[in-house]
Amino acid sequence: MPMSKALGGVGAWILGLTEYTGGLTRLFFESLWWMTVGPLKGKGKIRVVETIHQSHRVSIRSFWIVSMVIFFVGMILAFQMAYVLQQLGVVSYVANITGVAMVREMGPLLVGVVMTGFTGAAIAAEIGTMVVSEEVMALRTSALNPIRFLVVPRVLASMLLMPFVTLIATYIGIFGGFCVAYLFLGMETEKFIDRTIDALTFKDLVACLLKAEAFGALVALIACYEGLSVTGGAEGVGRATTNSVVRSIVAIILCDLVFTAIFFFLL
Amino acid sequence: MSESPKDSTTEPEAESGRDTETESENGSRPDDVVIAVEGVQVDFDGRAVLKGVNLEVRRGETLVILGGSGSGKSTLLRTLVGVNTPTEGKVRLLGKDMYGSTEEERNALRKRFGILFQSGALYNSMTVGENIALLLREHTELDEDIIALMVKMKLELVGLRDFEDLMPSQISGGMKKRVGLARALALDPEVMFYDEPGAGLDPITMGVIDKLINDLSKKLSVTSVVVTHEMGSAFHIADRMVMLYDGRIVANGPPSEFRDAEDPLVRQFVNGEPDGPIPLRRFKVDYEEDLLA
Repeated sequence: MPMSKALGGVGAWILGLTEYTGGLTRLFFESLWWMTVGPLKGKGKIRVVETIHQSHRVSIRSFWIVSMVIFFVGMILAFQMAYVLQQLGVVSYVANITGVAMVREMGPLLVGVVMTGFTGAAIAAEIGTMVVSEEVMALRTSALNPIRFLVVPRVLASMLLMPFVTLIATYIGIFGGFCVAYLFLGMETEKFIDRTIDALTFKDLVACLLKAEAFGALVALIACYEGLSVTGGAEGVGRATTNSVVRSIVAIILCDLVFTAIFFFLL
Repeated sequence: MSESPKDSTTEPEAESGRDTETESENGSRPDDVVIAVEGVQVDFDGRAVLKGVNLEVRRGETLVILGGSGSGKSTLLRTLVGVNTPTEGKVRLLGKDMYGSTEEERNALRKRFGILFQSGALYNSMTVGENIALLLREHTELDEDIIALMVKMKLELVGLRDFEDLMPSQISGGMKKRVGLARALALDPEVMFYDEPGAGLDPITMGVIDKLINDLSKKLSVTSVVVTHEMGSAFHIADRMVMLYDGRIVANGPPSEFRDAEDPLVRQFVNGEPDGPIPLRRFKVDYEEDLLA
């Protein structure tokens, strides 16, 4: 009996996961349709002003928190690496490691995670509240598609700006590493820059930007999906916000693994 | 007039017979039927909320749907406006099958009716004026200066012309509802749906909204469906009333018949009597049994 119960639980979990992934994929393609085919067919324009407003949240408003987190992580990374590298007598490799780690991994991942808490939670709460206060139903019954109206500006803003934010954040992270190398390890500026540039390839930059693009889409899509699925009142909004953050982080890490594996084996 | 819950679902002939009577009284033709609900059943998680509802609303008529909490009246309204797909049955609105049509056809239909939501449901990120202008911008080719003019006209209708630039968070609940009404009227709808228009309003504002509903119906022949349990308001605006109880229509007729109703269900509801066939407490297990268990 407990065995069958456990199997039933696993089955239900797989079913739920499939349903969730299916819903998310559908939302992605519907958003894509409203970004491309819909406006061309005259079904409804992209809401440019709203997209700019959302872009402001993804970029300017999140800039300080993203910069601060990634700067400190850059410093931590340099200290941790220096600890090992000093024992091997190759402390100058701190520059190579910080550069590669930041561009290939830490930059996009950390920006994605910070955005999950900063932008994703806000989007889920905002749309969830709109569902509870019947605003989404008002849109639907006014022949205004909620995906075009609410999801597209948020996903588009996130997809457009995440690569830029990530790129700038990555530089700030490397700068954090440089501060440690310069102030505590006695490394010269030119040497740090030369070693960082030598360690990086064009492929690393492509990986960084592709990851940022994918994470940007994931954060906004999951937040919108959670927001639109809200049932009940304030409790439902709270649940959606938490789910949005937790599920986005899991999705980002899984997606990161897939990208890293692809780049490791294929490119 | 009054009928048992069973009658409303199992004897559609009886109901259509009554409709024929109304038809001849009003002298209206069958093509004057704006809303036709045929055997609509709505289930939520396996529980039937609407159990085979049949209903017709004619052009220019104001139909008031009465019923206590949980009777299914809000579900019926949502089914009428196309957001609650019925498990069984059909909803025809302005001659179109609401749930048998494509999304595009449904959207075309949606531009022909307006809804006043219980809370107003204003878009909180937009000003009062933008809330009303949105539908005009999205669904018409009108110039911005014409839209600005129309926004002022719609706001004047509800007496809130001076509030155009305020955000919804800066106005009171009653005002939100009036703006919601102005927004619902933005595209000059042929049919208006009102979800508890009087809930949470002071008597004067309620009177203003009742007068607006009456004016729209009498002067502009706008068909109105009003869900309410405010009896004073209901008698003031209704051309016809239906009462829902336990997911079924249990009474259907003009307000005078409701006022002098002999059916104990209707009489209890209309007079707000605590004792009667509609129980206040609904439990599956008997109280004594529950305590002793």
